[in-house]
Amino acid sequence: MSRSLTWRPGLRSVLAVPATVGLLFLLLPLVGLLARAPWSGLPDLLADPAVRQALQLSFTTATLATLLSLVVGIPLAWVLARVRFPGRRLVRALVTLPLVLPPVVGGVGLLYAFGRRGLLGGPLESIGITLPFTTAGVVLAEAFVAMPFLIVTVEGALAGADQRFEQAAATLGASGWTTFRRITLPLIGPSIAAGTVLCFARALGEFGATITFAGNFPGTTQTMPLSVYLALETNPEAALALALVLLAVSLLILVALRERWLRPAPT
Amino acid sequence: MLAVLTLTACGQSDGGQPALRTQLSGETTVFAAASLTKVFTDLGRQFELQHPGTTVTFSFGASSGLAQQVLAGAPADVFAAASRKNMDHVVASRSITDARSFASNVGQIAVTPSAAKKVTSLADLAMPGVKVALCQPEVPCGVLAQEVLRKAAVRTTPVTLGLDVKSTLANVVSGEVDTAIVYVTDVLAAGNKVVGVPIPAAVNASTPYLIGTISASDNPLLARAFADYVLAPAGQDKLRKSGFSPP
Repeated sequence: MSRSLTWRPGLRSVLAVPATVGLLFLLLPLVGLLARAPWSGLPDLLADPAVRQALQLSFTTATLATLLSLVVGIPLAWVLARVRFPGRRLVRALVTLPLVLPPVVGGVGLLYAFGRRGLLGGPLESIGITLPFTTAGVVLAEAFVAMPFLIVTVEGALAGADQRFEQAAATLGASGWTTFRRITLPLIGPSIAAGTVLCFARALGEFGATITFAGNFPGTTQTMPLSVYLALETNPEAALALALVLLAVSLLILVALRERWLRPAPT
Repeated sequence: MLAVLTLTACGQSDGGQPALRTQLSGETTVFAAASLTKVFTDLGRQFELQHPGTTVTFSFGASSGLAQQVLAGAPADVFAAASRKNMDHVVASRSITDARSFASNVGQIAVTPSAAKKVTSLADLAMPGVKVALCQPEVPCGVLAQEVLRKAAVRTTPVTLGLDVKSTLANVVSGEVDTAIVYVTDVLAAGNKVVGVPIPAAVNASTPYLIGTISASDNPLLARAFADYVLAPAGQDKLRKSGFSPP
């Protein structure tokens, strides 16, 4: 239906104006960054061990946060999409709450849950686990903020998927687990890939929850967004260059993954 | 930010009326170091009471960040910085030409009450199992902490480096770390939420505080009046009571 609309002459030019405004609005800040970037200093900066350390930490933690999100997020998305239980709507809303919560508040919440004086802080400490101010804390903070992106994407795909394939598999004698593994997962594969990319990108850029819950220390919790922010106050040129690196890397991932996995399925 | 801009714009139209030259009015925006949060908020209120029709608004944060914002043209009328370096950046760009020292601040160890028995001296910061927060070395309280630790020959590995002195103190108040080196004024301001352990004068360090008015201010009279007020006996008295030392 929407496809036929685009062929109406007139509509295209009417929508083109706000669409262009939207595009410019999103792109201009990036152009600003590129225009002011200290290009000549970039090689030196990339060779800086501190920068490499922050980049490496960012990638490790964002990857772990994404894996964590996949392991618990996909099952949660499946439950939300397929299992009927009282209060499902409320749970669905609660799951997406981190999307609207200011990340700093999320970080404070994490402290109240997993911090030393948090709800689970005592029991965790008694078995020797401390999360605040550790790399594990960074992973948790990133997962808290990024996981909803994966859940929302996958749940949407599950809700829209044709359940007759699963029913057919079941009537042919496949167990529930086999059906999930062989039918459901491949069916929603592209959405899982899309959600994973979104989740990873969000985790990579996470700042607020990280600095609140995991603190700031080079090598253990100081990720790229934190170093960008810190550099902004003392050496704005370095901050710009760091931001460029983050930008380039994210763009590369998004473009590469889109090409490979996120092509719209042929209809 | 938008609200501040709008209010500053109002201040301009008020202050621009020649009849009101001697009468202070309008709005002034003060960018001040995080460690001044409590005392400046109080001073601002006192100032407003003494000069009806004026409004003093504040933006508190790490002095280094505020200096960058001032240089980038943020709508500030007064800048009160911790450490000479941060003020020097702004003075070098001629955004401020009337910088004056108005106070100084020395370091103190803040300890969360439950760890008060464990941490009783600087040396305890090096004990295994004691979680320490310091300010990041880019901000004045971080410079101070480094100097204190160097003079006392105490080696400690902090678990986190706070963005400014208030966020460093917050880690102690929440009990997530056991102790931090902050300013004596922060310990006083935190009341019974933290326990203060004095640092011996021989190894202590101090941070100077400077205040200046922004040359491009829309309301230079009011900006200057507030800076004068901080240096006047009333302001100095208040600063002393909050634990600041004379400049």
